[in-house]
Parts: sequence; structure tokens; C-alpha cells
Amino acid sequence: MEIHLTVNGEAMSAEVEPRTLLVHVIRDHLGLTGTHWGCDTSNCGACVVHLDGIPAKSCTVLGAMADGHSISTVEGMENADGLDPVQEGFMRCHGLQCGFCTPGMMLTSRWLLDNNPDPTEHEIREALSGQLCRCTGYDNIIKSVQWAAAHPRETVS
Amino acid sequence: MTILDDAPATGEAAAPISAGGNPIGFGNMLRKEDVRFLRGRGNYLDDITMPGMLHGAILASPYAHARIVSIDTSAALAHPKVKAVITGAMLDGLKLAWMPTLSADVQAVLATDKVRYQGQEVAFVIAEDRYSARDALELIDVEYEVLEPMIDARRALDADAPLVRDEIEGRTDNHIFDWEAGDQAKSDAAFEAADVSVSLDMLYPRSHPAPMETCGSLAYMDPVTGQLTAYITSQAPHAHRTIYALVAGIPEHKIRVISPDIGGGFGNKVPIYPGYVLAVVGSIVTKKPVKWVEDRSSNLMTTGFARDYHMHGEIAATADGTIQAVRVNVLADHGAFNATAQPTKFPAGLFHIFTGSYDFPAAHCKVTGVYTNKAPGGVAYACSFRITEAVYLIERLVDRLSDELGIDPAELRMKNLLQPEQFPYTTPTGWEYDSGNYPAALTKAMKIAGYAELRKEQAEKRARGVYMGIGISFFTEGVGAGPKKHMDILGLGMADGCEMRVHPTGKAQIRLSVQTQGQGHETTFAQIVAHELGIPPEDVEVIHGDTDNTPFGLGTYASRSTPVSGAAAAVVARRVRDKARIVAAAALECSADDLEWELGRWQVKGDPEQGKTIQEIAMLAHSSLELPEGVEGHLDASAVYNPPNLTYPFGAYICVVDLDAGTGQVKVRRFIAVDDCGPRINPMIVEGQVHGGLADGIGMALMQSIAFDSDGNCLGGSFMDYLLPTSMEVPTFETGMTVTPSPHHPLGTKGVGESATVGSPPAVVNAVIDALKPFGVKHADMPFTPAQVWLAMQGRPARTDLAFEDSGPSTLGNK
Repeated sequence: MEIHLTVNGEAMSAEVEPRTLLVHVIRDHLGLTGTHWGCDTSNCGACVVHLDGIPAKSCTVLGAMADGHSISTVEGMENADGLDPVQEGFMRCHGLQCGFCTPGMMLTSRWLLDNNPDPTEHEIREALSGQLCRCTGYDNIIKSVQWAAAHPRETVS
Repeated sequence: MTILDDAPATGEAAAPISAGGNPIGFGNMLRKEDVRFLRGRGNYLDDITMPGMLHGAILASPYAHARIVSIDTSAALAHPKVKAVITGAMLDGLKLAWMPTLSADVQAVLATDKVRYQGQEVAFVIAEDRYSARDALELIDVEYEVLEPMIDARRALDADAPLVRDEIEGRTDNHIFDWEAGDQAKSDAAFEAADVSVSLDMLYPRSHPAPMETCGSLAYMDPVTGQLTAYITSQAPHAHRTIYALVAGIPEHKIRVISPDIGGGFGNKVPIYPGYVLAVVGSIVTKKPVKWVEDRSSNLMTTGFARDYHMHGEIAATADGTIQAVRVNVLADHGAFNATAQPTKFPAGLFHIFTGSYDFPAAHCKVTGVYTNKAPGGVAYACSFRITEAVYLIERLVDRLSDELGIDPAELRMKNLLQPEQFPYTTPTGWEYDSGNYPAALTKAMKIAGYAELRKEQAEKRARGVYMGIGISFFTEGVGAGPKKHMDILGLGMADGCEMRVHPTGKAQIRLSVQTQGQGHETTFAQIVAHELGIPPEDVEVIHGDTDNTPFGLGTYASRSTPVSGAAAAVVARRVRDKARIVAAAALECSADDLEWELGRWQVKGDPEQGKTIQEIAMLAHSSLELPEGVEGHLDASAVYNPPNLTYPFGAYICVVDLDAGTGQVKVRRFIAVDDCGPRINPMIVEGQVHGGLADGIGMALMQSIAFDSDGNCLGGSFMDYLLPTSMEVPTFETGMTVTPSPHHPLGTKGVGESATVGSPPAVVNAVIDALKPFGVKHADMPFTPAQVWLAMQGRPARTDLAFEDSGPSTLGNK
């Protein structure tokens, strides 16, 4: 079947089997390999993207279910003004090591800050609690989000 | 809260800052590799495609122990998108059904006679896409004759135990090895003479490293040129290449192993797995590139697990708490094949470093290895070749002794720690610790923790029935494998090469034999070059992971990159510096002896205005400048570093936990970690390495366990069952450091990657047992899930390597 998606603001389509998982649509059909696959069971969050602006584990969404919807991936975080403050924060605070969980972590962080610009440490930890990182012990990820919260991107009017 | 020392984190004067804002040498520097990772532009195994690429999938055994009666692949082969199905029988014809392990055994690539653990590889399907390959797995019909599984390691040597390895002629039991170290007679005499001795039975349960990225391979054997290109999630690409050549008979010069960006390793990506071999065989059969990416269950159920040590430890001391001796008997569960990925000449790796950080004269260990119907492995997960088990043993024993004697555990440790003037120190089992100031590290950790205050708080809370625990661990690591006298991998000595070239414009490339899996080599090694040559780190490109483009060496695991390859990088840069001196002397028309080095520049002694920068020298070295007889042009060098000894980082950790006595839930409130790994090249990266290991320790102590039920079913086969710590289970870490350089490393640096994974589990466990003290608990085994804590409070802690089969009186819910 053919599905139509808006991916990082761009209209895209793909011919997929009805059972194809969204993570495979994004990676294998659209060639956006920044979204990772990690566990099969919705536990690790390496595959998190924004589905209509809300973090979703793309290994647990069928591509067909995303037909007509809007997807944002890590590739869409940087814009003409530069890196998203979340990306900047992860870099400055050493919020990543192997980088495999990073896209999902950053996308959830972006959503958190969009909805709660000044989160407490506990709120950050809770927001990220559905995602695993095996390298950082989370400490620097929390600091990265705090950095991003303290340095919001200046809105261009 | 992060507490940094007053002294510079690098242990030396601050480096000058480059035009790019980076330290020209040691110091905090943002990572070069992040530029791609932050944008989703990493290049992990599954991101790589090749034209015409096919996809492989592995059929896994549902049984732990079963004879294969027949395999019918006809329906799978009839699938329109399936290109080939490979079985053990087919591999047998190619003499590839079995492959050597790194521990003088063999393991099955695909099962031929029987399956020996749940999840074992039985067949390999190659299809046009990954979904079709999985569909076809369902179409393979395997008839099994189910056998009684050998699950409980403690029964593996019983006369009636099911035989795991009956394919080995003449084998009648599950015994792999007996091995001992230390002086038994001296230890026994010390125990005889001691005022007090205590013992503990401890299980360090089977765990799994579970990197976020599973294992995988993309292999292409070019049918025309005979060139094999294999992208592999490998921590040791050169070792993999050589082993492929030895195992498959492919000429080594025709093999190119590329280890791309790796989504975490932790020792999981050191061994050669059946899937890697099958991708190669699949490509030979189909004449197309074949990609295999492991699913999460296969990763957890079949690839290199860790630990699984059943230890009976004893410690002897004088009445005032002076330790006299330690002895230990270990039953090591190695699974179905002896495939420990470790290079030492000792079957228990570096376990006999178990005398730890203390000064006592006698020690002895005996280790017995057994086969069971579980996946092979045993040395993985940042264990530094079994130092995790060794540190756990001694740190639990010291805590048990402190309880017995009524001496505070910090005080008892302080009394017995090795003193700075004792280094270099030879342990009772033969290890030569290079340097250390142990009391300083423990003092510092206690100061950060506010140790006395914590004990006061604990006493006050206990009085009103509120339970908290304070746990201490002091560890000595041994990393940088390794000296040729102790170590090799299939005969390959553990030396690592390094090559460097400075281009005419003064920009440099350095080629490493080691491979990052997140440790930040591309940054750290550029800083080493900057430190030695004054070339800004942004002008140094670090090349690694591709055997066609890097010198030979044994890879990144067991915290060996900085101790071995870091030394090689320093040596190679110093050779370039020496060559630059000759070029500068020729250009300045003076004797090389008249020049002195000032970071980034050779200049005339007493006339520093007269000099040449390293960048000017690079251009001169490629120019028409006449160089002295015998001096070739260009500015490059290579080196091979043979480590003379391990480096011995150490640290003092303190963990504070709160126990909910109503539910058995343990929460880590604080974790204080003081690490000494010598000078820190990039303190930010070092700290990140420590953080990751601390979370690992909390995970192992409280959550992670690969247990098996009596049928041999793996109870940790998915992330729904194998629980890893999330952001909710770990606290904000409180770190500190001391700096004691290694006397034998060119930069004084020691490894650090595994320090925290090695050192933190006993701190957490000691804290939990401390919290449980009012309940009379002397010991219980990890992981301290609420159920295990609850059972321990009832005085009947469970064996955590088996399914909970609680036959005791039910107290749950009616107490």
C-alpha cells in the first residue's frame, strides 16, 4: 500500500506492506537512519520520533497508521539558525557517548520543553523514563536538558 | 552535584587554548564525534546498505537441550523471496559447523547434533528483505527430541547430571577445568593462627551487557576478486580479521573488516558470533552482500553474558581487624561452550587479583569451570576479565568481617589499605600494582559523603524503624591488557600499533588499532597528539575501525585503549617530534642538540626567537630543504606498544540507600565515587565513563539478572524481563578524584572505562545489607529486587540464578 507522510515538514510517500513498522518505513524506505531500532518490545525508546508532535515509539506503530500524519525525526531538529538547544545541550553537557539512544532522548526532551519550558529534575527524569541509555548513567542527559531549558532558541517573529 | 578537585582535573598545568577553543593537550573538550551523532548522521551497522543486499535471519532453538532429529527447509526454500537456507549439516560439509572459541574449546556455528541452550542458532535464512527472512523462519520444520537440561551449576558435577558435551569423545562429565592461584598452605596456616574468620557464600549472578545496538554484520565476498568486506559490530576488528582467516581459510590480505559506529559494546562485541560467520557464508552462497542484524531476544539469550560465579569466600583476621588471609572456592558456570573472551593464560582471567586493595600476606583461590545448558560467554560487561567478581568477593568479605568484629567498615578498610610507600606492590597472588594512594581516595569519598553524619542519621532513623544503608567499596582495577608474559589471544600478543602522518600544511592524521564504542577516541586521541606535538586537536583526524586503513592491534575492551593505544599514540607523536627536530635543525642551520622543545615548536636554546613551529616544520619536511644524510623527508612515524605491565586505577565508592520495609523496595539515594585513573586526558569524558559504570552497578545490584527456570528457559530474554536502570533508578552522581600517575605509562594515564562497573556493585550491595542489618541479614545475593529484599527480611533469600520456586511457608500478604 502507498502511504503519505509529512516528514520533517516535507511531503513523502512510500510503498509498504501493511504490516511494515513505522521505524522501518523511516529507516529503510525513507532512508532516515537517525531513528534507531533497539528492542522489539517498546522498552528502549531508541526509535522515538514525534508523531503529530508527540513522542511515539516508532517500533510499535504501523507505517499504515501514520498515513496522513506528520513525523519529526532527529534529522529535522537542526534548522537554518543552527542546532536545536537540546542538541546543543547534549553536546555541551556530554549527554551522549555511543549516540545510539541519543535521537530518541533528544526528541522526547524537545517535546518536554515545548510543553514545560522549565521542568524540575524529577520532571525531566520522568519524561525520559521510558527510554534506556547504557552509556551515560543519565546524569549528563538530565544536565543536557537543563542546559537546553536555560537556553531556549530565540523565537523569530 | 559534581564535585571537582581543587587541583586541575588533568593532574597537570592547564593546556593553552587553540583558535578553535580547544585545549592543546589535556582538558575538557567537546567531542568531535558528537557533530554527526547529534544530527542523526552516525553510521551504525544497520544504517549501511550495499547494492543487491540480502537479509539474513537466524532460527533459534526453543529448547535448552534437545537432539535434532531432522530439519526440513523445503517450505522455507519455496518462499518466493528466499534465496537460501543454511543448516548445520550444510556447514558440516564445509567444515564450518564448529568454530574455535577464544578459550581452547569449540562452539557450534549452527547446531548439528543437538541444541545446548535456548536460543541457539539452528538455521540461517537469506531473503530479499528482512520481513521475508523472518517469515521463512516459521516455515522451517525442526523435529527435536527434548533432553533433560543441565541448569543448576551446583549440580553440574553430580554423577547423574545430564551431559552437555557428549559430542566430545570420551567425555563423561561437565567439568571444564580446575585452576588455582596463591599459596594454599600459607593461607591455611594463616587461617589456623587467626583470631577470627568468617565466610560467605555469594553468587555473582549471570548478567548481560545489553548495549543499545545489538550485534550485526554486513558481509560481501566478491566472487570475482575473492575480497571479503565485512562490516561488523566489533570491538576488535583486527582480531576478528585474523580469526576469520584462521577459521575460514580466507587469505588475510583479502579480508577487510570495518567496524563502523558502534552503539555500545561493554564487552558484548568482542567475541565472534555465529551470525557474523553466517553472514559471510551467506554471501559466499548467494554471491550477494548479506546483512544480519540480531534481534533483542537473541542478543540477550545467546551473546556473551557476564559473571555467573558461585563463590565461597573466607577471610581471616586478628581480633583488632588486621586481615591475615583470604581464600575462595569458585564454581564458574561457563554455559554450553567454553567461550570466555579473555586473553589471559588463566582460565579465570584476572580473578586472582581478589586480594583487592589490602595489605595481607596470604591468599588462595580455586576455580572450577563447568558446562551447563546456557549460552556461552562469561567474560563481558566491563568486567576487566573477572575483576568485577574479584572486587565483589573481597569487598563483601571485608564488610562481613566488619560486622563480625563490630568495627565500622570504613575504619576496617582504612586500617588494612595498602599505603602509598608500598608501591610498586606485589600481591600475594603475583600482580604488581604500579602506583596508588588509597587512603587519600577513601578519605576524600568519606568527606564528600559526610560519612559520620550519615552514620548518625542512620542510627537515629533505625531507632524509629526507618531503614537506610551505607555501603562502601574500595577497588583496585588492573587494565591495559596486556603484558605478553600473561596474555595473548590465540597466540596474538597484546601489542597495539599506531601510525601518524603530519600533512604539509601541518594537519595530522593518526591511525589507531582500537575502536570506539562511545568512549570518544576521536577526541581523546587528538588531544594526546595535541599534548605531544602542539597541533590543535581540531587539526588531528583520528582514523580507526577499518583494518585496511589502520595498523594491527587487539581492540577496545577491558579499559585498554588509553593504557595501550594511548601509549602507542604518545610514542608515535614523540617520534614525529624527534624527526621534526632534525628538520628544524636543517632549516635553522644549527645542530639538533641546540634545539629545545616548547609546545608546538622547536627553538634555539638561549635564543627562543629562532625557531620553527610544528606546522612550519611539516611544510619544510615536504619541501626541497636538504636534510642530513639518512634522513628521509615527510613527517610521519609508526609505533607498536607492548605494555610492560597493567595499569592499576583504583577508587573509593560510597552508596546510600533507603529501604521501604513494607515493600522491600530499595532506592539509591546517593552515590559518591572518587576515582583515580592518573592524569585525565579529557576529564569530561572520564567522568562520563564513570557515570555509565555507576548506573551499571546499580542495575546489577538491584535489577539485572539472567536466570533460568528448571526447563532451561531464559527468564531474561527481552527488555520486559531483563530490567535495566532508567533515569528513575539512578541518582545524580557525586564524583571526586585523586591523581596518581602510572610510573610506566608514557603519559602516566591509567584506564578508566570499567572502573565504575567493577567497583560499584559491592557498594550498592553493602548498602542494602547494611540497611537489612536490623533484620539479622548477613548476606543475600543480587539482584535486590523488592521480592528478594522481602525474602531476605524473612531470613530466606532466594537463589537468583534460578526461577523463584518458593516452597517455604507463605508470608506474603499475611504478615
